[in-house]
Amino acid sequence: MTAGNGRRVGSPYAPHTDADEEAMLNAVGVDSAEALFDIPDEVRFDGEFGVPGTDEQELRNAMADLFSRNEELTEFLGRGHHAHYVPALVDDLSRRSEFLTSYTQYQPEIAQGFLQVLFEYQSMLVELTGLPVANCSMYDAATALAEAALLANRLRRGASGHRVLVPEHLHEGRLGVLENYLDGAEMEIGEYPMDDGAVDVEALADLVDDETVMVYAETPTVRGVIEERLADIGDLAHDNDALFCLGSDLVALALLEEPASVGADVVVGEAGALGLGTSYGMGLGIFATREEYLRQVPGRLVGVSEDSADMRAFTLTLQTREQHIRKERATSNICTNQAWVALRTAMHMAWLGPDRLVDLAERAVTDARDLAARLDELSGVKAPLYDRHHFREFVVRTDQPAPAITNDLAGRGFAVHALDDHRLQVCITDANADAADGLVAAFEEVI
Amino acid sequence: MNFDQARFSRDDEYEPLLSEKDSTTVEVDSEGVLPDDLTRDELTLPALSEPQLARHYTRLSQMNYSVELGPYPLGSCTMKYNPSFTEDVAADPNAGVHPDRSDRTIQGTLGLLHGLQEYLADIGGMDAVTLQPPAGAAGEFTGILVAKAYHESRDDDRSEIIIPSSAHGTNFASAAMAGYDVVELPSDDDGRVDMEALDAAISEETAALMLTNPNTLGLFERDIVDIAEMVHDAGGLLYYDGANLNALLGRARPGDMGFDIMHYNVHKTFATPHGGGGPGAGPVGVVEELAEFLPSPMVRETAAGYEQYEPESSIGKVHGFAGNWLVLVKAYAYIARLGDAGLADASAKAVLNANYLASQIDLEVPYGPFHHEFAATSGDRDAADVAKRMLDYGVHPPTTKWPELVSQAMLTEPTEVEDKASLDDLAHAFNAAYADSDEALETAPTKTSARRIDQVSAARNPRLSWQALGDDE
Repeated sequence: MTAGNGRRVGSPYAPHTDADEEAMLNAVGVDSAEALFDIPDEVRFDGEFGVPGTDEQELRNAMADLFSRNEELTEFLGRGHHAHYVPALVDDLSRRSEFLTSYTQYQPEIAQGFLQVLFEYQSMLVELTGLPVANCSMYDAATALAEAALLANRLRRGASGHRVLVPEHLHEGRLGVLENYLDGAEMEIGEYPMDDGAVDVEALADLVDDETVMVYAETPTVRGVIEERLADIGDLAHDNDALFCLGSDLVALALLEEPASVGADVVVGEAGALGLGTSYGMGLGIFATREEYLRQVPGRLVGVSEDSADMRAFTLTLQTREQHIRKERATSNICTNQAWVALRTAMHMAWLGPDRLVDLAERAVTDARDLAARLDELSGVKAPLYDRHHFREFVVRTDQPAPAITNDLAGRGFAVHALDDHRLQVCITDANADAADGLVAAFEEVI
Repeated sequence: MNFDQARFSRDDEYEPLLSEKDSTTVEVDSEGVLPDDLTRDELTLPALSEPQLARHYTRLSQMNYSVELGPYPLGSCTMKYNPSFTEDVAADPNAGVHPDRSDRTIQGTLGLLHGLQEYLADIGGMDAVTLQPPAGAAGEFTGILVAKAYHESRDDDRSEIIIPSSAHGTNFASAAMAGYDVVELPSDDDGRVDMEALDAAISEETAALMLTNPNTLGLFERDIVDIAEMVHDAGGLLYYDGANLNALLGRARPGDMGFDIMHYNVHKTFATPHGGGGPGAGPVGVVEELAEFLPSPMVRETAAGYEQYEPESSIGKVHGFAGNWLVLVKAYAYIARLGDAGLADASAKAVLNANYLASQIDLEVPYGPFHHEFAATSGDRDAADVAKRMLDYGVHPPTTKWPELVSQAMLTEPTEVEDKASLDDLAHAFNAAYADSDEALETAPTKTSARRIDQVSAARNPRLSWQALGDDE
């Protein structure tokens, strides 16, 4: 069966003409491609998947219809997945096929462009964290945290225990991933309590001991609270020979205390808040650390070298840490990572520049503060619940049942998350700030 | 074909770094925003205009080779054409929802996830599929955790995973991360699983055997039914590494071969862009008996619509949220676009292309019959040098010096998207590079943006940021 141009019907992306195919079969010496499959009859598949195949235009319409079944709500949602306005430049340039349709830079001479972008991404993370080594991506904040714990454990092989201490307020996804990654290393997780939304440093002090290999804290926390005693937490960890791992995100890092200045040994977190937009939880994991832990770092690293023309050139480096060389003794199993997201994030950071990036971060504090104050004026509402500084989001206590409120708000076009029976969480960024008036008005109606 | 890659340069540098174009330090004075002791003092980053940035990134893109520029036959990577329309589909604003949305308000998103779970289950011959793992290696890790949970649920303490020596490095690392000892299995003289060695390796400590089929030489493991029986008789599970699934679409399914667990590399088999090294996605399929252990949440269809649920004995989470959503959308669109006939044709053409290309090159291919990829050997010539020389002919070279079973291996996977003329170009690049003088090989590449890069000095003196360049330049 042939379509126009003598091209056979089949995969629209297999370009063979009948004449081509015949010449190729002749060269190989078989009558049909089927003869090339060396599959025993007993495991041959004769059935069908039942997928009809669809014309491109028809399929695009069908998928647009499918996605239109998502209700159009203005989202005031955060908890580890944040959207900021993504400039058109990022979409436009990141979709250039030279970037999008390339792969890992195993042949650096022909992949200088992507390598340089990743090197620039690493460099911007070095600036934001104050730590000298940043890899060029983990999958997301959760897996980056888990990799940090494994790194801490490798460094403290001789420790009497293998415990990681994490905050009581930790996103369930991060905790779940951490549990799975630590299981194989026979490590355990301890939770330390929070006091009014921030780390209870005194309680933490009682829990850190010589069995602790890493203390993890976040700023902002999953509840949006900015931690005020990070240096004390770092000291507690170091006094017990444990690593201090700090979780954050790129926008927060532009404003809040520099991780290196509070003693962070590893910085993890979410970088997708820049460059990615809302994408159902897809992320980009930050991983930055000290020079002395360089050979224990998981994932890809881009470094500088020279080529045979004595020109500066970029290449993946220190690959003897990685699975394709070291196999079961690698620092991690990670191979394909989130390179293209890192490219988008780097472009977004570069587009913002230092001024606008700091402005964006300041707005995350002031917009959240203003919105909380407006909600707090409503009767039966306390916002923010914690008497702390907040970044992007905050917890709201409501006299009315919180799930009913979120339901009613959805009916008015707003998505807000209910934490439990009487607590909501509200997140504001430049992506939804223009809808804040509407949210406050809707809130007033539903409570 | 003549080829010269773009090369922007001045003095002893190619395109300058962003930081060399501008470096601006702003004082962070957040009075009225936050107390001074909670903020950093200053921030130094490039401050460039949008036109400057557009030029920067466009120039860098021109110094980067990609599938849309030419053949990219990296073995085991399945670098096929990524249909343009899938990008537009994934960019649909309605598709970008937050993971905290209630099920009722995201029926479109859940519908797609459910549809992809079903597609993949059918294609792999599996009963249940999780879409959460964000990459192939993450899928392996997830699958091994499922195997571990299964054995533990039966109070069956097992400590070993068996893996052929020719397997992808990730297999070994994933098994080790899950806490298992790795038992490495040698290959037989014909490049397949050594059945005697397998028999000796299997014991009551065997939690699973991880296999790639066709294997990394492109060879189908003909003894797969016997292998499955041996592993199952010993109480172990059979794990399928889906890296080479592009060879089998519509002709054989891992589930029918006796595999209990598999991962799919949707960025390989289902044509989602590789993005310079991700994001990919590594969904995991399992047989009915293991479905209760899959990560949470899964999506199911009920009378009231789609809903998320936690499998009864779920291992929990392997990604903070639902994995690489945008990649899953593109994979769904690709499968729906091709359908049964298109998928089956893709495999036929992938296998034909590999066999045709092999017939046109002067390098020996020691093992066969191979399917979608083959491991040629450059014999007494250094495979890495031959590969560097191939760059000068405007093609991306194969994966080199792996698998180690073939000395000076050039593992080649052209995929179905090359036509005969393109394969002839590729064959010419192989043959010309292979026949070139020692000097030509050692000085290659010359047509690429950068000349041969010194890997040793990069590793010996790691400079991993522009901040690290300050002193010695």
